Amino acid sequence: MPDPMRIRATAQGDVVDVRVLMSHEMEGGQRRDSAGNLVPAHFIQTVTVNHGGKTVLAADWGPAVSKNPYLQFKFTGGKKGDELVVTWVDNKGETRTDKAVIN
Amino acid sequence: MSENRRDFMKLTGVFGLLAAAGLLSTTEALAQQQAWNKAAFETKSLADTYKVLGGTPAESADIAITAPDIAENGAVVPVGVTSKIPNTQAVYILVEKNPNMMAAGFSIPQGTEPNVTTRIKMGQTSNVYAVVKAGDKYYVSSKEVKVTLGGCGG
Repeated sequence: MPDPMRIRATAQGDVVDVRVLMSHEMEGGQRRDSAGNLVPAHFIQTVTVNHGGKTVLAADWGPAVSKNPYLQFKFTGGKKGDELVVTWVDNKGETRTDKAVIN
Repeated sequence: MSENRRDFMKLTGVFGLLAAAGLLSTTEALAQQQAWNKAAFETKSLADTYKVLGGTPAESADIAITAPDIAENGAVVPVGVTSKIPNTQAVYILVEKNPNMMAAGFSIPQGTEPNVTTRIKMGQTSNVYAVVKAGDKYYVSSKEVKVTLGGCGG
């Protein structure tokens, strides 16, 4: 199981500022190891953020997103105490879901 | 996006084989992987990328790219895109001189502000493009980021 995400969501009025730090290698598939072999790509492909059963952001990522990816966005309609669910899936089918409470 | 998705669904036989081989863990993961726009992430030129996304964008001053002028480390370049175009549905971040141009795409449902920030890798000094989809129209803005240490390979 990959390491948990760090999710911080803060509400100002009904606008929620969401910051997510994921733990992932994000191997681009261009790099060679010390023996000269190409390191196979391993990266997060999709990230979805759900709030109250509604998707508030869906991201498609390529291997050009940095290692331990960071994501920040804002959405309206959330309030303190609501739960956010963040899920990512990588190209090997590994997935991780973490929840956070807006504060 | 929906047309691309349809095209992409034709290519999903490969994923079926992967699933049969037990490489994919859950059906949910499979569904998300299928939704991933593979074609868009494989393009190597600006024109190709625009074609896959569905239209050639018009230059717009209403898209702001927040990125450093000079990035010391190409492996971690913070890039933010803010669109003031009404009804923004999707935001794409493209890097002209990366091996594959498309770095990230975000679909913006109603209620979400068209303002996303992430961190990307850049192989060398290049223009960064932010493409915004609003309705059937596409808009683009660009900014040059100088990279002193590349983030691909090594």
